[in-house]
Amino acid sequence: MTQKSKNIEASGYSASGRMGRVFEWLINANKKYGVEWWILIFGAVIILFISYMALFPGTLAPYNPLDQNTGPQLMAPGPGHPFGTDNLSRDILSRMIYGSRTILGVAFTAAILSSLIGIPLGLISGFIGGVFDRIFSLIMDSIYSFPGLILAIAFAAMLGPGVVNITLAVAVVYIPTYFRLVRGQTLSIKEELYVEAARAIGAKRSVILRKYIFPNVIATVVVVFSLNIADAIMTEAALSYIGLGLPAGIPDWGMDLAMGKKYLPSGIWWMITFPGLMIMTLALGFTMLGEGLSEILNPRLLER
Amino acid sequence: MPGFKDKSGQSSFLLSAMKNLLRYIITRVLLTIPMIFILLTLVFVILRIMPGDPVSAMLGAHAPQEVIDKKKEELGLNKPIIIQYINYMNKLLHFDLGESMIFKQKVIVPIKQKLPATIELTLFGMFFTLLFGIFLGAYAASKRRTGRDFAVRIYANVVYCIPVYWMGLMLQLILGIWLGWFPIAGRVNARILVSTFERTGFYTIDTLLAGNLYAFGDVMLHLFLPSLTLGIVLSGIFVRLTRANMLDVLKSEYILSARARGIPERKIVYRHALKNAFIPILTMLGLQFALLLAGAILTEMTFSWPGIGRLLMERIYLRDYPTIQGVIVVFALFVSLVSLIVDIFYAMIDPRVKY
Repeated sequence: MTQKSKNIEASGYSASGRMGRVFEWLINANKKYGVEWWILIFGAVIILFISYMALFPGTLAPYNPLDQNTGPQLMAPGPGHPFGTDNLSRDILSRMIYGSRTILGVAFTAAILSSLIGIPLGLISGFIGGVFDRIFSLIMDSIYSFPGLILAIAFAAMLGPGVVNITLAVAVVYIPTYFRLVRGQTLSIKEELYVEAARAIGAKRSVILRKYIFPNVIATVVVVFSLNIADAIMTEAALSYIGLGLPAGIPDWGMDLAMGKKYLPSGIWWMITFPGLMIMTLALGFTMLGEGLSEILNPRLLER
Repeated sequence: MPGFKDKSGQSSFLLSAMKNLLRYIITRVLLTIPMIFILLTLVFVILRIMPGDPVSAMLGAHAPQEVIDKKKEELGLNKPIIIQYINYMNKLLHFDLGESMIFKQKVIVPIKQKLPATIELTLFGMFFTLLFGIFLGAYAASKRRTGRDFAVRIYANVVYCIPVYWMGLMLQLILGIWLGWFPIAGRVNARILVSTFERTGFYTIDTLLAGNLYAFGDVMLHLFLPSLTLGIVLSGIFVRLTRANMLDVLKSEYILSARARGIPERKIVYRHALKNAFIPILTMLGLQFALLLAGAILTEMTFSWPGIGRLLMERIYLRDYPTIQGVIVVFALFVSLVSLIVDIFYAMIDPRVKY
């Protein structure tokens, strides 16, 4: 028996049974990766919790988020309304819980959309090279170097308010992120010996791209995907904060924040504190997950 | 010092270095042209397929058709998009941003008027960013793997995830409303007549030039909260970057030898090591400038700051195409100018960089 498993038994966890094995794995991972491991777990817990809120809001929310008859207007946090009520006497806690649906849905869909466009373009552009690659790189670099939020504002203003429209506006901005990452990876991987070997035995270009290059690129994409969702969350919230996001009637954190801004001069702190905290926590969850993953997948960084 | 005796050799070396630098600058400037061109094309197309147009925004939905048609003809909106595009690009090549479709004024007029406010906000924001970012980063690196290091790292991660407008609102609430220390909106108190000092549009400079110290103090008070907001939110990236670079530098041999000579640790960290960790930080500043600008727009919205970001938002609602395009051009120029300056700076401090 190794020293490690002895320690685990001594610490009270039995290595038998499924839960025991999960514990053992968790603890071993902790020993191997240290702080980074806990950053990852912490991020994952935040994401799981808010995802639960988004999927089953009814089980947590005390009121309907649109109900304008939950109590007095602008009530400070207190019994019955832990986060207080807003100017239309809606329960803020319930609005926070239902609002998670909008922001998570938009950010997640947008990140998937931009990766679905950015990854193949980057793969093909990096693999083919030549004029095609130059033109695409120039276009993507131009968009990338420009402040993304301003572009998103322009797109959102063009498309008008709506869940689908805001998703598209956010998605367009992040295509270059995936393009640049995947293109760079493809450029270096295509020079690897095993790709040359595949070419030597006469594999088709499409096969090389799909079976040899793509699987090696995708590992780095995972990390960026998680960090990208955090960015998309901030962008979505910013758009709805400045009033370009969603039609009224959909609970949304950014919009609640904008509404609270009007009541700020009279010292109504609860209308701005909670939506902002929620946006921050959710973005933090994805950032921590991404950070943890990148440190664990990239052991050279661990010594820092 | 190499070439100390041979003065002519030294100067010819300098001359060739200058030539290289000049060539580099010209290439970089030429490279920004396609970037602006692509962005403008994108924005031009977006604006033209946007539902709604300046004429209906101006005249309302119930205007008679012939009035609408006449106005459209006047503004050149009845021509095919491709002709409009060629006309616009042609004007732009002659450094003309065109005329606003809503107001009878050149596009450049409001931009010129609002740009100083944005630049002022951005510069002060940058100051706070670097102040917090570099010192906290260096501090964390010098206390590596201690509780204090961990606390700074948590700060960096959390701060990065704070929406800049929320930070602004919270600072307004706490420092502005509850404590009443700072004003929460505008650039200067309404009781102070701007016309008594306005010259360049940079109020900090203008008030000093006019010798009006009271107004200067007021301008600084107004500037404090928005730039602090920007500074705190963006400092997260710089804390992490400085920390990572400092850790590398602190491992190097000249630091070891400085320690061996008995130089106090504080001096080693903040004097010897920080200087060398600075180069990547500078590059990052150039890269993050776009983020700073985006943050500035949101901060302008939060603090009713009469800058170029608010101009953009106002004109988007009015569908004032030329002004929106003009603002985008200015933003793009701004971003590429900063990255150019940073690159030149970089090349000047680090002789190993080739241009």
